[in-house]
Amino acid sequence: MKTIRIGNGAGFLGDNLDAPRRLVEAGALDYLTLEYLAELTLSILARKREKEPQAGYADDFLTVLKSLVPVLQAQPKLRIVTNAGGVNSIACARAAAKVLVDAGLDRESIGVVAGDDLLPRLSELQAAGCDFKNLDTGEPLAELKKEIVSANVYLGAREIARVLGDGARIVVTGRVADASLTVGPAMHEFGWPWDDWNRLAGASVAGHLIECGAQATGAFYPHWQELDLANVGYPIAELSDDASCVITKPAGTGGRVSRETVCEQLVYEIGDPAHYLTPDVDVDFTTVELAELAADRVRVSGATGRPAPDTLKVSIAYRDGYLASGQLLVYGRHCEAKARECGRIILARLRAAGYEFERSLVECLGAGEGVPGLAISRASEPIEVMLRVTVHDPRREACERFTREFAPLATSGPAGLAGYTAAAGTVRPVFAYWPALLPRDLAKSQARSQSAREWLS
Amino acid sequence: MSTVQLAEVAHARSGDKGNHANIGVIAYTPLGFEFLRKELTPQRVQEFFTGLGTTRVERYELPKIGALNFVLFNALGGGASRSLRIDTQGKLLSTAIMELTLPAPENLSAMTRSINPRRFAGG
Repeated sequence: MKTIRIGNGAGFLGDNLDAPRRLVEAGALDYLTLEYLAELTLSILARKREKEPQAGYADDFLTVLKSLVPVLQAQPKLRIVTNAGGVNSIACARAAAKVLVDAGLDRESIGVVAGDDLLPRLSELQAAGCDFKNLDTGEPLAELKKEIVSANVYLGAREIARVLGDGARIVVTGRVADASLTVGPAMHEFGWPWDDWNRLAGASVAGHLIECGAQATGAFYPHWQELDLANVGYPIAELSDDASCVITKPAGTGGRVSRETVCEQLVYEIGDPAHYLTPDVDVDFTTVELAELAADRVRVSGATGRPAPDTLKVSIAYRDGYLASGQLLVYGRHCEAKARECGRIILARLRAAGYEFERSLVECLGAGEGVPGLAISRASEPIEVMLRVTVHDPRREACERFTREFAPLATSGPAGLAGYTAAAGTVRPVFAYWPALLPRDLAKSQARSQSAREWLS
Repeated sequence: MSTVQLAEVAHARSGDKGNHANIGVIAYTPLGFEFLRKELTPQRVQEFFTGLGTTRVERYELPKIGALNFVLFNALGGGASRSLRIDTQGKLLSTAIMELTLPAPENLSAMTRSINPRRFAGG
C-alpha cells in the first residue's frame, strides 16, 4: 500500500527555527508542513500590514526556507506546505521566490492559496445577509462598535491539493484549517473522492496530531523526567492509502512517540470529540484507535467522518484597548501579604494620579495563583513570590503611566524587593476575538501557482 | 475516607478555544477509565476550578482511548488576548487537575501507570 511521509516542523509563529531543517535532514519526508497561525496571530499580522503593505506574513518562514535550501537541492521530491502567508500570501510567495532564485532554484513552482481574508468583503457579506453572529454570545457583528482589525475564514484542503497538482513545490496559504495542511497533500497523492468522508477524517486526524510540532512527540507531557527534550524530534505521519497513519519521529532524536503522547495530542484543543469540524469533513475522534507498534511508532486508525459542514468558521479580531503588565520579586517572611500590599500601593498611587483602570489584576506567582482559586494545600509559605500586576484600559496613555509605577517602589516601598529594571513590560494593543460562521457558498477561495522567477517578474 | 489524586490514575492535556478551555484526561488503564467515568464528573471538575469563573463544564467520552474531554466554558478570563492572568490560554490546567482528589477505588493498583521508562531507553 502506498504511504507518504508528512512531517511538521513548526506549530506556531515563534517555534524553534532549527527544527524544520533537522526534521527534513533526518526524516526522508515527502512533505514538510509548517503551521504558524494561532487564533490571534492573524490580527497581529494584520496590524503589521497596516503599517507596511508588504508585511503581514510569518517572516519566520523565510529564515526557515533559507535554512532548507541545501535540503531542497538534495531532495528534489520534498515539498513544503505552510500557512505562513498570514494576511499577505502574495508578499510571502514573492519573498520566498527571492530565496529560491538566489539559491538557483528559480524554476521551482510556488503555489498560493488565498481568499480567506474577508476584511475587504465584510460589508458586502453583511449586506448579503451574513450577520457574523458571535458564536459565544449570539450578538451580530453589526452591534460591535469597535474597529475590526482582521476577519478570516478557515479554508480547506481543496486549493492546496489543486496547486500541488499544478506542480507547486512550495504551497503558501493564509488561514486554512490546520489539519488541511496535511489533508491537501493526501488528496493530491491518493486522489480520493472529496466525499470519501472516512478517508478525509483519517487524514485530518493525522494533520491534527502533527500540527503542533513536538506536542505529539513528548512535549507538553507530564513525564518530562523520562525524556530528553533538548533534542526533541518533530513529528512525522506516515499516511497510508486507507487513511490510517503511523506517528513517528526521526531516529536518534529526543522526546517520545507513545500511546500516551499521541493520545494527549488527540484530545488537544478539541470540543465535542464526535464532531471535530474542519472545512473538509466532520471528524469523529471517538472511533479512533491507537496501537504501539514499536518504540516511537504508534498506529492511528479507525477515524470516521461525516459530510463537511455547510458553514465555515470565521475568526474576527477587533481593537479592544491596551494591556500592560509588570513584575517584581518580593522576598522574605510574609512575602505573599507584602506582594499584595505592593500591588495595592501601585494601583492606589495610580488612582491618586487620576488613573482608574477598566480592569486590573494582582497575582502572587509562586503562591499557586497560576491557576486562580485552586485550593491546593501547601506545607509552608514560600520565601519569595513574584508580584505581577496587569491592567487593561481603552487609554494607551493610562497603560504607559502604569509601566512607570514599578520602579519607584525601590525607594518608596517595603524592604525585600528586587528586579526593578525589568519590572515593567511594554504596552500592547488588545485584539479581542470574535468567532463566527460563513455559509460555505459565500467563501471565494483562489489558487495560483507559477515559478519562483515568474513571482519576481 | 481514603482518597486518590488524579495524577495516580491519569494524565492530561489542556488548551484554549477563545475564552473556553478544554482538558483531555486520559486514564492509564481501562479499569481506571471506568473509575473516572464514574467519579470524575463535570460537577467535580467545575467545583475544583471554581476560581476560574467557569460558567459550565461539559464532559465528553472517548472510550476507545480511555479518555474524557472536559470543556470549561468562559474559564480563561477573556482568552488569549484579553486575559489579565499569566496563564492566558489554560496551559496550566492539565497540570493543575492532577491534584484533584477522588475517593480511592478498591483496586487502585490496577489503575496506575505501569510503563517502565527503560523500555524506551535509547529511543
